[in-house]
Amino acid sequence: MSADKYEVVIGLEVHAQLSTQSKIFSWSSAAFGADPNTHTDPVCLGLPGTLPVLNAAAVESAVRLGLAAGCKIRQRCRFSRKHYFYPDLPKGFQISQFDEPICDGGAITFRLHGERRSVRLVRIHLEEDAGKNLHAAAGVSFVDYNRAGVPLCEIVSEPDIRSAEEASEYVRAVRALVRYLGICDGNMEEGSLRCDANVSLRLRGETKYGTKTELKNMNSFKNVRDAIESEVKRQAALLDRGERVVQETRLWDAARGMSAAMRSKEQAHDYRYFPEPDLPPLVVSDSELAKARASLPELPEDRFARYTTSSGLSPQDAGVLIADKEVAGYFDATVAAGAPPKRAANWLINEVLARVDDPRKLGAADIAIAPVALAELIALIDSGKISGKLGKDIFARMWTERRRAGEIVAAEGLAQVSDTGAIEEACRKVVAANPDVVERYRAGNAKLIGFLVGAVMKETGGKANPKTVNEILQRLLAN
Amino acid sequence: MTATDVRGLSIATIADGVRSGKLRARDVTEGYLDRIARLDRALNCYVLTDAAGARRRADAVDAARAAGRDPGALAGVPIGIKDIFVTRGVETTCASKILRGFVPPFESTVTQRLADAGAVSLGKLNMDEFAMGSSNENSARGPVRNPWSLAHVPGGSSGGSAAAIAASLCAGATGTDTGGSIRQPASFCGVAGMKPTYGRVSRYGVIAFASSLDHPGPFGRSVEDVAALLEVMAGADPLDATSIPAPVGRYRDACRAGKDGLQGVRLGIPDEYFTAGMDPEVEAAVRAALDELARAGAKLVPVSLPHTKYAIATYYLICTAEASSNLARYDGVRFGHRTKDPRTLEELYARTRGEGFGLEPKRRIMLGTYVLRAGYYEAYYGKALRVRRKIADDFAAAFTQCDAIVTPTSPIPSFRFGERMGDPLQMYLADVLTVAPNLAGVPALAQSCGFTKSGLPIGLQVIGPPLGEEACFRIGGAYEARTEWHRRLPADSAMSGAEVAS
Repeated sequence: MSADKYEVVIGLEVHAQLSTQSKIFSWSSAAFGADPNTHTDPVCLGLPGTLPVLNAAAVESAVRLGLAAGCKIRQRCRFSRKHYFYPDLPKGFQISQFDEPICDGGAITFRLHGERRSVRLVRIHLEEDAGKNLHAAAGVSFVDYNRAGVPLCEIVSEPDIRSAEEASEYVRAVRALVRYLGICDGNMEEGSLRCDANVSLRLRGETKYGTKTELKNMNSFKNVRDAIESEVKRQAALLDRGERVVQETRLWDAARGMSAAMRSKEQAHDYRYFPEPDLPPLVVSDSELAKARASLPELPEDRFARYTTSSGLSPQDAGVLIADKEVAGYFDATVAAGAPPKRAANWLINEVLARVDDPRKLGAADIAIAPVALAELIALIDSGKISGKLGKDIFARMWTERRRAGEIVAAEGLAQVSDTGAIEEACRKVVAANPDVVERYRAGNAKLIGFLVGAVMKETGGKANPKTVNEILQRLLAN
Repeated sequence: MTATDVRGLSIATIADGVRSGKLRARDVTEGYLDRIARLDRALNCYVLTDAAGARRRADAVDAARAAGRDPGALAGVPIGIKDIFVTRGVETTCASKILRGFVPPFESTVTQRLADAGAVSLGKLNMDEFAMGSSNENSARGPVRNPWSLAHVPGGSSGGSAAAIAASLCAGATGTDTGGSIRQPASFCGVAGMKPTYGRVSRYGVIAFASSLDHPGPFGRSVEDVAALLEVMAGADPLDATSIPAPVGRYRDACRAGKDGLQGVRLGIPDEYFTAGMDPEVEAAVRAALDELARAGAKLVPVSLPHTKYAIATYYLICTAEASSNLARYDGVRFGHRTKDPRTLEELYARTRGEGFGLEPKRRIMLGTYVLRAGYYEAYYGKALRVRRKIADDFAAAFTQCDAIVTPTSPIPSFRFGERMGDPLQMYLADVLTVAPNLAGVPALAQSCGFTKSGLPIGLQVIGPPLGEEACFRIGGAYEARTEWHRRLPADSAMSGAEVAS
């Protein structure tokens, strides 16, 4: 492909499943992972005679997300019915929002290669999820309605994204945001965070958009990147050959590493939207809005700013820390327990994060090394009680044995000996025992001081403060 | 076991009798079951009779009373349930083939409240399929016949409910009214019925035809019976987001207050409802009723509802659009009829729906689908919603000048079977006087106000302001106290075993 000939234009639709107790319009559980059709009720099954009743918790989640993304909250909005036939859609329509979404505008901010990016949002709206078709062998299909009626926030971006990598980082930023707010698990593999991409190319300098295709079925960050990269190449090849891109929906096949057309614009549904007559207009009162605003936690970008300014961290380190609110929370707690920010960040990023498969585990109450314990370890090192090298060993033992650093050091007499009297005695002993080395050192082989320091360390069982040893030896040998 | 002679019994007579011990609920129930067994073969009011369940419920009422517990405000009152109300464990079909075999796992709010008050359900009542129709000729279970003349339609869509009350096959009944489906059959069968304010009675468990227009409500022999039923049926429901949280009125008291006259009451008479095409006998009966109300002390004032002429068009745009949406769930996947051996998903849908729906639902699904097409929304549905607002504004303006509006319920008395089936538009025009209150969501009461020379009932309609059910009941109660029309009963001999011409 002619690398820089085309500008890539991407808009994303991210669906975030809200982790409410019950479904958006009925009372059965919205939890993931139960046996098929055990989380159902007459309403989410669309049985004749049933009516939707809006779950206030879902509205609250959407409002908080909208506020966090800087959207304008529509304090009076409505739901619409979106019609199509599919076995996983019980009523033959999905209750969604069409002309009056709950949130307008806003933006998602993140960094790409250290550069700040802000992708504008068109809207965020509330809707219900569909069930799931399960295809057995021999043309037999089943439907699991556990997911039917689980609340969703659909987050629609402007076509502001310019690369597959940026798309993937955008989704990461959305995930961080919903996780900070505690409104969605953000688990792409389980489908609690899903993403569709509208992709088009245009010649650089062109202001009109090219024909777009919609990519679906990308259930990991890698899928998002791979699918878009593949689509960009496909479209570029078409355009290079003078052919046209057909507006269509394409399904990503991760196993084969390619997408295939699902339906074209000509076959596109006419969803026949009209206002949902079973639900009165949704009204968000001033006090509910104020309450939602007051409930917002410190958001990823605010934390980033704080870490890179008052905490003095590098943008790279700050970026790692803010990616998960549990990591950032761990960092803040470690600093609050007295650790210098940079030291805390280093230990956290290099040691703690290396030992967990999911960074969110840092939020667990029974984490092997609590922030206070890490701060204590850092204090022991920084005060010279133990060496940095010993600190790492002790950290490993703290992790496996679940003991505090001070406890291990005290119980096993590992504290560095800074008592100059005891160290001087050991030094004199070493000097006396190695007359030939001392001779050669005095003759000008300065490097031999290292041998002597090592000998003293051995003599003291590694507990002597190497810096003190060095000073005493230099003094003794100078005489 | 003895069966009480229940012909023409009022709800108050039954409930007071059972509560005081003068009547046994079981005997009353046997009386109705006996009449159903004798008369319903000709009338076809019931699509399902649940005799065993009815006896069990009646015995429970008698047992409760014997044990000193309150058997409820409707103790032992046998009722029929329009087959559009979902009943737990009892097949519910909306008189459609597509719901054959659907046994719901839940109960509608209305029928639950009636049962909790001690009412005894006798079974499910026939209707036009999915409540679409004005003559009950659209039922997959065959037409209901009018107890006053078996060659005439009972009206629709709640034809089974109205005919069953008229023939004393139940003491009270539930119905739904989307464009007149309670009031028009009440008028054709000479009984009373009310379409309450939108949201006054829960729609939970009422199978949707047109959600923004569907109004569940009661049928009774008299206005007072209707009031007694509505007091139990009405009220806020957490399962219906459109239900109104206002407290339920004292409807029976309002009826009784009417007996003392209508001094100070202003009744609005809209010219637009006394149309050119009106049957002269209907007009004469209604004018006579207005005179009677004036003699009771009411002041008659002319009012205008200028957008009335748009009501039918507006109504059919909105109701078909909503119906096409509400009926999308009948796809053969989860319940009801499913076609045999479809080869593809498309075929499952097309054949299931093609086989399951009757002509009228198909017609309305197609109209509604057309109305909601992308690019046509504003021209049709959007515009209809704006006209709907104007029609509601008409009522609001009229109610600044009067306390209630009185009109005929239908411009014509009942017609013969087949007379209008060939011309859907003519059939739709039968709703001309009843659809506007549905569009405005205001309450409207229908009651008997006379008979044609050939013995067919004529109905009066009393329309109130939003939540003005008490005003309607006061006026209806006043009229009922001064007239005897509601006491007239069709002869059993005309119904029993007679060969029916179709």
